[in-house]
Order: sequence, then structure tokens, then C-alpha cells
Amino acid sequence: MVPLSHYLLLGALLFGIGLFGALTRRHAISILMALELMFNAVNLSFIALSRYLPGSHMQGHVFAVFVIAVAAAEAAIGLAIVLGLYRNFKTVNVDEINLMKW
Amino acid sequence: MTAAQVLFYLLAAFTVALALMVVLAQNIVRAAVALIFSFCGLAGLYLLLDAEFLAAVQVLIYVGGITILLLFAILLTSRIAGKGVRVLNEQKLLSGLVAVVLVVLLGAAVRRGFPALAARPPQPENTPAIGELLMTTYALPFEAVSILLLVGMVGAIYLARKEPR
Amino acid sequence: MRRGATRHSLLVAGKSGRTVDELIQLLAGMGLPGLLAQAAGMLAVCAIIIGYIAVASMFMIWWERKISAHIQVRLGPMRVGGWHGWAQSIADGVKLLLKEDIVPTAADKLVFALAPIVVFATALATYVIIPFGPGLWTKNLNIGVLYYISISSLTVVGIIMAGWSSNNKYSVLGAMRSAAQAISYEVPLVVSVLGVIMVVGSLNMEAIVEYQSSRMWGFFPGHWLVWGQLVGFLVYFTAALAECNRLPFDIPEAESELVAGFHVEYSGIRFAMFFLAEYANMFVVSAIAVTMFLGGWKGPVLTLGFLSPGLAAKLWGLFWFLTKAYFLIFVMMWLRWTLARLRVDQLMHLGWKVLLPIAFLNLGFTGLFLILKDVWWGS
Repeated sequence: MVPLSHYLLLGALLFGIGLFGALTRRHAISILMALELMFNAVNLSFIALSRYLPGSHMQGHVFAVFVIAVAAAEAAIGLAIVLGLYRNFKTVNVDEINLMKW
Repeated sequence: MTAAQVLFYLLAAFTVALALMVVLAQNIVRAAVALIFSFCGLAGLYLLLDAEFLAAVQVLIYVGGITILLLFAILLTSRIAGKGVRVLNEQKLLSGLVAVVLVVLLGAAVRRGFPALAARPPQPENTPAIGELLMTTYALPFEAVSILLLVGMVGAIYLARKEPR
Repeated sequence: MRRGATRHSLLVAGKSGRTVDELIQLLAGMGLPGLLAQAAGMLAVCAIIIGYIAVASMFMIWWERKISAHIQVRLGPMRVGGWHGWAQSIADGVKLLLKEDIVPTAADKLVFALAPIVVFATALATYVIIPFGPGLWTKNLNIGVLYYISISSLTVVGIIMAGWSSNNKYSVLGAMRSAAQAISYEVPLVVSVLGVIMVVGSLNMEAIVEYQSSRMWGFFPGHWLVWGQLVGFLVYFTAALAECNRLPFDIPEAESELVAGFHVEYSGIRFAMFFLAEYANMFVVSAIAVTMFLGGWKGPVLTLGFLSPGLAAKLWGLFWFLTKAYFLIFVMMWLRWTLARLRVDQLMHLGWKVLLPIAFLNLGFTGLFLILKDVWWGS
């Protein structure tokens, strides 16, 4: 039987990978993809906990559904913003979008 | 080593490898395809956790919706000559360190906090249970999320509209 | 209507009444250890389904050519194999297999190779929940309909991969149009199916078929969901036509417009996989429509004198299921050769501004009716 800590460790690992991607990638859409990875890691932890904690908790599943819905809305708006950026700056490289830097 | 354990390690390795490809790939379309497959790996892990409704919803919304949105955005903002550009910025080492420290801390917390939970409590049938919770205990967040999605939709359509010339 | 080819192939391939579990137990009884028996059973069922898809697709391609010919007052294939050119599809298949496999030089090789696999695999994966007859399914999933909806949305991923990796402007344009069409028509498809699920109360395919089993006046299938959910059925069928990229929604494959859309750079067996996947998809969509609206495998006759009741029920179920499914496929082919193609903006308008509101109204009225039924007649 796979113990709970394995699932949570896997979730932590995926979260770390997503965090690294969100901090270091230069393409705006890559950052959004890394964000989606982080969301998924959190979902995995929710569902694993809902499965293994004593008593039958479906709250973990419900929360995961909410996370998925919010992630979908956020991806849509994020990508619309990226499209707007591309139209105005002709680049999606976040390093080059620095008009408001002092 | 039962079949479930073998399957878990296979799926976990598959997902982690693809996640690494997502953050390290040179070609962004390949990164998106790796993301698609890692979502599928995660759906497999949800199935191992007896969360069949969430697995189907993960495939339906993440793979069939969000990744397609990402691919559309990539296709609409792609440059013709994009090879050879470095993909990671100058914070590589520092953020790598931060990520590793975070994972180690979380791992230690997990080890200490959830030592011996391996029992399998019986599971109610997923879909009716989730539906009931959504309609009774979590009705308010449910309605709030529906408004959020509506606002998100309107906002995205407005932000991405073609400028009238 | 000729269904002999497909039904015969199923019986010959040994599907004569055994479900997957029985097959696995049979293999376990022959001495294989548990895990190996399961794996072998699953592989065997997979092989049977792939065999069915191959034969059914070949039959449907021949049938389509015949139907199109007769609608256009000509004869169609007449020579290959003697009687009305029945071996034409086999000849076409052999030709495709023998063609040179051309990969464009600047194409992304890995994604180019993966795309037809993804498209075909998702078409194959939807066959898991199709109830060919009582007990004749690969797995009776509790989330049957949701599983079908999820897996069918993966086809779009394969299409975009194919279009992008071909490194060809026509491919990319065709892929984006096709993806936009598919995701636009997924929404009315799901909403129209929700009406059926609300009435039946379960996502399970077997439960949906069992709900439609009672008869009026001894023979009339009065509880078929198509009568109660007629609007839902029409919306589903239209959206399904768009999902399969069939005329009048075949802009992505418009031979006269985009060369061939997203699969223009594919040749030989890679193209054959796209082609097979399209026809496999057609069958799945018709099968789902039959299960959810037209009573599934339920038909008037239940026994066959000389066979045991279980086996007879399975054979009759299979017969009725295939009859209804191929009738719907006939309607799809009939529509293809009768109607004109919709332009892309007309297509989007139809999907978002016509079908979706109708589907939502259907859903609303269904819910209202169910509540009133509870309140007034005490369920």
C-alpha cells in the first residue's frame, strides 16, 4: 500500500518544480504553465489527504473542483493579458516588458 | 510490491519527468505537450486514489480546455525565429535553491506530520457525494465560483478582442 | 443496409457473449497468475476492439462511397472484389500502408509522430464504455458518460499537435479552425447530454439503457429518451456532427478550401490513422446517441429458440444496438451528401448563438419538469 507521505512528497516535488519554472522562465506563457503545475500539485495533495485521513472526507474533492475552476478562470484571463502584451510590445518575454521600472 | 504500488511509482516518475520537461524545454510547444501528458499522469494518480470523478474532470478541463487555450495562445504569439534564445533568466541558481529548500522543508514536514497513515477507509460513490456537498455545505462557494467564471469569461473576451481600427 | 460484415467479424473474433471479466476468469482458469490473466484479458479485449474498428471503418468507407454514389445517381465502386466493389476499402487500406512515409524536413519530428497516435488512441479509448449489448462492454464505469466527454475532448489536442508540427501555414490554420470548432461544439454536446443524465439520475451507461426499457402497448418503445428529450437529441446530433468534422461542419477538412486542413502533410499509415479515427469517432458518437436516446440494446425480441437465454439476449442486444447505430451513421452520411458546407463564421454562430441557448433552455425545462413532477405527482 502506498503510504500517504509518498503522495504528499510527490505533490511537494511537483510544486517545487512549478515554483522553479514560475521564477525562472522568460516566456510569459511558460510562467502560466508552471503555475498550472503548482495548482495540480496542490490538487493532488488535497485528494490524497481526502483519501487517507480517517473518516471519509469528500471535502478534499470539492476543494479540488474549486481549484480547477479557479485555475481555468485564471488561465483564461492570464492568456488574454498575454495576448494584449504581445499586441502592444510585440514580445512575450517578461524581461523586456519593463516600461514601468524606475 | 503490489500492482498499485508499481503503478504509483511509474506514474509518479512519468509525471515528474514531464514536469521537468515543462520547465526546462527549449521549444515552448514541446513544453505544452509535456504539460498535457503530465496532466494525464496526474489523472492516472487520481484514479489510483479512487477519485474517478476528479480524474475525468481533470482530463476534461485541464487537458481538454486549459492546455488547448495555452496552445492557442502560443500559436497566436509565436515568433518565427525563436530557436537559440535562452529560456531561463538570470535567477536560475537562486530560484533553484529556493525550490529545493522548499521541497526539503515540505518533505520533512510531511514525514513528521503524517507518519503511518496507510489505512484505506471505505469510499462513498464519488459523484453523488461531491454533488451533495456542492449543493448543501458548499453552495455559497459554488455560486461564487460561477460568478467568478462569468467575470473571467467577460474579462478575457474583452481583453482579447480585436481593436476596432 | 448491409451490416453483415461487422456483425460477422465480431462473432468470429470470439466475442460471442463473453464479457471482459468472464474472459479474464477463463484465462485465470487456464493457469495464468492473476496479474498476467488480467493483462492478457485486457490485451485480448483491446485487440478485439481494434479489430472491430478496422473492419467497421472499412465497411463504413465502402458504404459511404456507395451512398454518395446513389445520391448522386451513379454507381460507386463496382469492380474490386466482384459484387459492388466490396473489397474497395481493403484495396484502399493496402494502398495507404504501402505508401512512402513522408515527413516534412522542418517538421517537429516527435510531435509529428505523436499526433496521429494521440488522435487514434483517444478514439479507441472511448470504446471502453460503449454497451454493445447486455454485459457486452469493456467496463461498466460509474462515470460512463463523463468519461466519454473527457476523452473525446482529447482529440482536439491531437489535432493541434498535428497542425503545428507539420510546419505548414495551411496545417496551422486548419488545426486552429478545427480546434475552435471542436471546443465550441463540445459545450452544447455536454449540456444536451446533461438533460438525459438529470432524467435518469446516473452517469452509468447501463442505468441509462435500463431506464429506457419499458414498453407501451407491448411493443412500442415508449420510454426511449428521444421522445422526452427530442430537443436534446437534435442538439446532441448536430453537435456530434460538428465534433466528427462531418459536413455540414467539415471546414477543417474542406477539400476545396484548405487542401486538407491539419492532416495535409500526413501520408501513408499516419494518414490512415487519422482516417480510421474519424470513422471510429463517427461510430462512437452514434453509439452514445443510441444508448442515451434510442434505448441502447433494447429491442422487441428477447429469445432465440435454439440458443441459451443468456447468449440469445446478448446476440439480440448486439443486433439491435448495431442496427440503431448504423441507422444513425446512415443519417450522418445522408446529411453529408445532401447539405452544403457551413462557413466558419456561420459555424461559430450556430454553435454559440443557436445551439447553446437551445441546449440550456432544454436543460432548464427538464429540471423544471422534474421538480414539478415531484411536487404534483409525488414522483
